[in-house]
Amino acid sequence: MTIPDLECTDLTKRFGDTSAVENVSFEVPPGSFFSILGPSGCGKTTIMRMIAGFLAPTSGDIRIKGRSVLDAPPNKRPVNMVFQHLALFPMMNIADNIGYGLRRQGVSKPEITRKVGEVLERIGLPDIGERKVDELSGGQKQRVAIARCMVLEPDVLLLDEPLGALDLKLREHMKIELKALQSAFDTTFVYITHDQSEALVMSDNIAVMNAGRFEQIGSARDLYYRPETPFVASFVGDSNRWRGRVVSVSGDNLRLRSESGLDLCGNSHGRPVSDGDEAEIFVRPEAIRLGRGEADIAHFDNRLSGRVTSLLFNGAASRILLRPDSGGEEIEVALPQSGEFAHLSRGDTVHVGWSSDQGNCFATETG
Amino acid sequence: MIPTIPQNRTIRAAYMAYVVLFFLYLALPLAVVAVFAFNDSQFPSLPWEGFTWAWFFGDERPMIGVFHERPILRAIGTSAFVGLCVSVLAVAVGTTNAFLFNRYEFRGRGLLYVLMLLPLVIPGIVLGISILVFSSTVANAAWDMANLDLQALRPGLVLVVLGQFSFITTIATLVIAARLQKFDRTLEEAALNLGAGRLTAVRTITIPFLMPAIVGAFVVAFLMSFENFNTTLMLVGSDAPLTIAMFDRLKEGSTPLLNAVSLLLMVGSSLLALVMILFQRR
Amino acid sequence: MQAAHRLGFVLLLTPLLLWLSLLILIPHVDMFLVSLRERVGVGEYATSLANYRSFIDEPLYLWTFARTAVMSVMATALTLLIGFPVAYYIAKMARGRVRSALFLLCLVPFWVSELVRTFGWMILLRETGLFSSLLQWAGLVDGPVEMLYNDVAIMVGLVYTSMLFMVVPLVTTLDSLDDSVIEAGYDLGGSGPSILREIVIPHAMPGIVSGSIVVFMLSLGNYLTPIMLGGKDSLWFTELIYSQFIVRFNWELGAAFGFMLLILSSVIVWGTLRLTGQTLEKTMG
Repeated sequence: MTIPDLECTDLTKRFGDTSAVENVSFEVPPGSFFSILGPSGCGKTTIMRMIAGFLAPTSGDIRIKGRSVLDAPPNKRPVNMVFQHLALFPMMNIADNIGYGLRRQGVSKPEITRKVGEVLERIGLPDIGERKVDELSGGQKQRVAIARCMVLEPDVLLLDEPLGALDLKLREHMKIELKALQSAFDTTFVYITHDQSEALVMSDNIAVMNAGRFEQIGSARDLYYRPETPFVASFVGDSNRWRGRVVSVSGDNLRLRSESGLDLCGNSHGRPVSDGDEAEIFVRPEAIRLGRGEADIAHFDNRLSGRVTSLLFNGAASRILLRPDSGGEEIEVALPQSGEFAHLSRGDTVHVGWSSDQGNCFATETG
Repeated sequence: MIPTIPQNRTIRAAYMAYVVLFFLYLALPLAVVAVFAFNDSQFPSLPWEGFTWAWFFGDERPMIGVFHERPILRAIGTSAFVGLCVSVLAVAVGTTNAFLFNRYEFRGRGLLYVLMLLPLVIPGIVLGISILVFSSTVANAAWDMANLDLQALRPGLVLVVLGQFSFITTIATLVIAARLQKFDRTLEEAALNLGAGRLTAVRTITIPFLMPAIVGAFVVAFLMSFENFNTTLMLVGSDAPLTIAMFDRLKEGSTPLLNAVSLLLMVGSSLLALVMILFQRR
Repeated sequence: MQAAHRLGFVLLLTPLLLWLSLLILIPHVDMFLVSLRERVGVGEYATSLANYRSFIDEPLYLWTFARTAVMSVMATALTLLIGFPVAYYIAKMARGRVRSALFLLCLVPFWVSELVRTFGWMILLRETGLFSSLLQWAGLVDGPVEMLYNDVAIMVGLVYTSMLFMVVPLVTTLDSLDDSVIEAGYDLGGSGPSILREIVIPHAMPGIVSGSIVVFMLSLGNYLTPIMLGGKDSLWFTELIYSQFIVRFNWELGAAFGFMLLILSSVIVWGTLRLTGQTLEKTMG
């Protein structure tokens, strides 16, 4: 077994009485792209700053390539960080920015020039060495900030929401580019973000974080299809959500009567849920099948009919909202791309159904 | 060296100690001046002869307090009068300057802006003598040509006001222009859109927005005028403002009376500054 | 609309032009003209460089001139050295209330007249002063010590008097340096001194320049501090100007002195700006 590039064990950080990070453990294998995904204020920046050395953990350990770095000050740690607002040095030109860390290591001048040239080549901006920071576009600055770290060949590169300041189009583009840069440099990236699509698209592994704790660590697919906690189910991707009481359980399959009076079939996927529990069921809009008539959805164990209340056209991600005839809140359903339902309009009656497998059920603790 | 960087304890402590020492250095002379205002002695120095209010309220020789010392009271009055005149003039011209540089693009704008900054880099005493020389040139010319005796252009309060105004206006302009810079022009456009005329829009929207800066500039101008020495020294006539009057006394030897005046000055200007800060917080 | 715009422009331009021409430009030109006058008889004048010649010929004048310049430069450097760490502490180390309190404390001494500040130093430093008494009381010296009327006293006073004008611009520029830029410096392997040299000081340059210019100007043009703390023979150039104008009533020579002082300050300010690549608009405006 190879030694992980980064390993955190029981990492805890308290500020006075409030704990920002509580018993977080994870490891990141060499060459992988690891993301920490969570809403703002969940403690992900605190973790990152502890790894970089700008905060000392209250307890727990941080190991890089198997060696604890707790005693090393930030300028001696083999990790580098791309800051949220990049923190490029405005008083230097691009070449001096990238050469900064090499100068600190006492690398000879010609060697610095060569390395800086090389890394600029690699990020596809060979001729910008003499330019000033504020002459670059957002995407170029982004790449320079990464190059400034990568030229030092760190064991781990930390990225603190670096795409946050970019506009939407560029952000989409940079996601792909970051992933490509990561495999080109073949370095371990630890990336924190509150934007799930950034995490899902780029990462090999994602940790979902909430209120100082890791809720789940897994691949994008795991998080999306097999969320382990209600928080992950609601935070990653969109879901329809019903709250209610479990009325019968057989194995993982169960039935739930929602507060709005719907009878729903769900699946607990191995989690402990028993008869009479308060529970929640999450169903993804794209897991719900649309049908013109009842026959189209006859093979599903969840079947509803309802009236279309809104059409939310959004290209490939178009949805409809429908109000079930049997009452309860509106349901969001993805519109299939086949064009079959292209002429649906408000007030039409449609039938929808989904299998109990797709209804992720969690017992709520307050039950 | 920022709090998030782990730092050697000794270095941190030494740094703290340095900062503390610095503030002691700042406070020491003022504290000494204040304390000796209450010394029951003819000289503001050790030994300490006991506490007294006599240097404020005393009315018998040899200890005549500030409030019974007519020349000092008159000098305070003169300073206040000069300060008010200078502040009103400087704020008025400062406001028009700020609008000019903020709202108009014209040829020579850059040059005028640099000229506007110049008084900051002219030594105060040179400003004083140049105005002294020029005003007496004009006064002499008026006398030679028309037998006009322009007393206003001879050393005296008018020249003091003009001399202080000549550089305090730059400060007022900078203070007001800095705030005008932050003003969102669309607010004025919204007012126009809602039916206000251009002047009304400026009066009802822009000026209220500028008010903190205008008050700030006024207070700063007043304080600067009140404590100005160099320029005033060259232009002063028979009515001496407070700093000049105190200087003349100090040359003859100091008594705790000067400490008492100084303490009043400190309290007065601190209060004024406090009022300004509170006003700007609002 | 166009006419109103035009009228507004003229109305706003007039006070500026009146102020700059009548109180700044023309008086200085006039002062220069007066400095070129030579008194040849009672009420009779000729244009010549005589005043400037006597400035150059008299060693005392030249010496005072050079001494004032050098000591002002030294006072500026000292103020910068002493003030920079404090400004850095206020801008980057202190947080929240402490920070605003410290900043305010820095301003307090300057709300009171320079005369009061100088007076305070006199009480501390003179023969019968506080320091002298304390030293005697501690048994370190036998008799009274005169600490006033020397160059060190002048320096102490000059640095004290100008401190605010150094600290405030420094705090302002240092404050605009994002913490994450300093963190990035550490993250990339920098140490305290290298970050100070490569990141903090280059960033603070506009503040350093504007603070230094103002402090230099204030020292050069100071009259009160050298006279009161340095005594009668403190040899400060402003004293020469004062005595020519007020005591000897030789305005022609005084004007020449004033003009020399103006040239000296302009040359040094201009040189500093050129050397550091700053402009007057950027540093002062």
